[in-house]
Amino acid sequence: MADAVVARALTRRFGDFVAVDGVSFAVGTGEIFGFLGPNGAGKTTTIKMLTGLLAPSAGTASVAGHDVRTERYAVRDRIGYMSQLFSLYGDLSVEENIRLFGSLYGLSGARLAERREWVLGMADLKGRERTRTQDLPLGWKQRLALGCAVLHEPPILFLDEPTSGVDPASRRRFWDLIDQLAERGTTVLVSTHYMEEAEFCHRLALMNRGRLIALDEPARLRRGMGQPVLELITDDAPRAVEALRGTPGVLEVGMYGRAVHVTAEDAAAARETLPKTLAAAGRRLERLTPIDPSLEDVFVALVRREGGAVAG
Amino acid sequence: MTFRRLWAVARKESLQLRRDPRSLALAFALPAMLLLLFGYAITLDVRNISLAVLDQSRSAESRRLVDAFVASGYFRVTRQLEDAGEIPEILGRGKAQLVLTIPPEFTRDLLARRPSPIQLLLDGSDANTATIAQNYAEVIVARAGLMPPIAGGVVIQTRTRIWYNETLESRNMIVPALIAVIMSIIAAMLTALTIAREWERGTMEQLAATPVQRTEVVLGKLVPYVAIGILDVTVAVIAGRVVFHVPLRGSIVLLAVLTLMFLVAALSWGIFVSAALKSQLLATQVAMITTYLPALLLSGFIFSIAAMPLVLRMVTLIVPARYFVVITRGIFLKDVGLGVLWPEVLALVVFATGALSLALRSFRKQLA
Repeated sequence: MADAVVARALTRRFGDFVAVDGVSFAVGTGEIFGFLGPNGAGKTTTIKMLTGLLAPSAGTASVAGHDVRTERYAVRDRIGYMSQLFSLYGDLSVEENIRLFGSLYGLSGARLAERREWVLGMADLKGRERTRTQDLPLGWKQRLALGCAVLHEPPILFLDEPTSGVDPASRRRFWDLIDQLAERGTTVLVSTHYMEEAEFCHRLALMNRGRLIALDEPARLRRGMGQPVLELITDDAPRAVEALRGTPGVLEVGMYGRAVHVTAEDAAAARETLPKTLAAAGRRLERLTPIDPSLEDVFVALVRREGGAVAG
Repeated sequence: MTFRRLWAVARKESLQLRRDPRSLALAFALPAMLLLLFGYAITLDVRNISLAVLDQSRSAESRRLVDAFVASGYFRVTRQLEDAGEIPEILGRGKAQLVLTIPPEFTRDLLARRPSPIQLLLDGSDANTATIAQNYAEVIVARAGLMPPIAGGVVIQTRTRIWYNETLESRNMIVPALIAVIMSIIAAMLTALTIAREWERGTMEQLAATPVQRTEVVLGKLVPYVAIGILDVTVAVIAGRVVFHVPLRGSIVLLAVLTLMFLVAALSWGIFVSAALKSQLLATQVAMITTYLPALLLSGFIFSIAAMPLVLRMVTLIVPARYFVVITRGIFLKDVGLGVLWPEVLALVVFATGALSLALRSFRKQLA
């Protein structure tokens, strides 16, 4: 099947600043494709170029077979877009927003009525049709925004950090909706900085400082890291991190709540040296276990391998 | 461009407008307030000029002259003076704006058919009033029939008739022009908010991601504001007739069509400013400065353009209100049509298309 979205050496500069630097990838039809990276990594800029909101400085991209630069309106007919901030009209009611965007997407009559029902059901907003959207809780707003973005049943959907600021339960529910859309054949491109959300994506593009540093399935990214990660529970995590930094054989140290994750060159050697280092620093080690690397571990390791720093 | 999308934008815009107290106040309360304020406050007519009289003649003729002043309705006698020494005090303290001195030999000269000078002393610190008072006084003296005939024995009589505004009510020239001035202020202010608000709230991006085209957005946004503008002008015209008794002699249809054209120019200017600046605060300020002051000062509303220095006269050429003022006055007072107003109409066409294409272009740059 043809690729839904193709980017070739896509680049965007703002003055001297390179926001997106020669990014290339292809997204298959029905795929949930994630962009993961810190703020400023270039995720939003990439999505804006793909939706035709921002012209690329260099490179090309096609969406549903149409060039984003020269066939902007053809692209817009075939995509749904939900931006980072809630950007429906807050002073319009649920119903009025649906009608507005439905009409803008060219729906009318029975079809609009049918899609309206579908969106109200999907977003669980039945009975709230006349509520001004600014008075809805954030989670509901996001679902309505998603509904308005897919009113015209676009084959491709762009979601730019759709769940930022939303509570975990609503986030979970939002992802169920994304799954349903993908099962029905919609291609979804979504950016996030929540690691646990990234796990829901079929494939992930890790971005840092405008560059694509890895692209693969989440599980393969974790397996492919090739370096062992150890989890340490100590009496004082911040001090333990300080003590472990710079220890020979330790590549990366990070704090995850009470736990400390250490990426080491060699697992066996690390199990020898780490307790000694901690003891020397006066820290008590409660537990030391090898773990599967998290996506965050992978991300940090990849950035280090590139010799760069994490933006944001 | 599809009519459905244009209409969807227009519908959305009017819903938002209806729910925004600030825009509503701007659309309806402000024009009404300005109309009443300017309509009542700005009057260039001078009435009730305070007059002090030093009548040294104390004759039947001198009393007839003073009575003529009072009977004109423009003057009221506030002081009867006994001595010329009082004059500086009276004028200096503003107890009278004008002092009329009738010399002792007034009647004698008059009867002898000799020139009989009388003196008018005016307080020139309010030059405008002084000039008008002087004109009134001279006319009254002439009409009183007391002026000696010019040497040679021929009496020249001027019979003046004033056209279009027979009673020389300044309100008759102010109210029609006021409609033009108010609409140029309100129109740009209203639309100055509309695009910037969408940028500030992030809704513009959402719009831009839909297949809606910039022509549909711009025209769709214009529709409700044009309707408001027409409504405002209708109210102003009715108020002009009913409250201020200004005659409307010309074609209402022509007035409506040209108002529409002017509104498109003014509203599009606001959209352009709004789209270019993307900030509601900045856009309203720029809209204010570029419409309010020029419309008030450079449109011929109060200050005659013909009397301005060349540089300012050139500047007035790019003030759309200038042309619309000529149009409203022409239609209201003179009942003139396109045969006379075509240069102004042409100017409005240029402004309307110019502003509209600026508005459309400012969009193209940003949504690219």
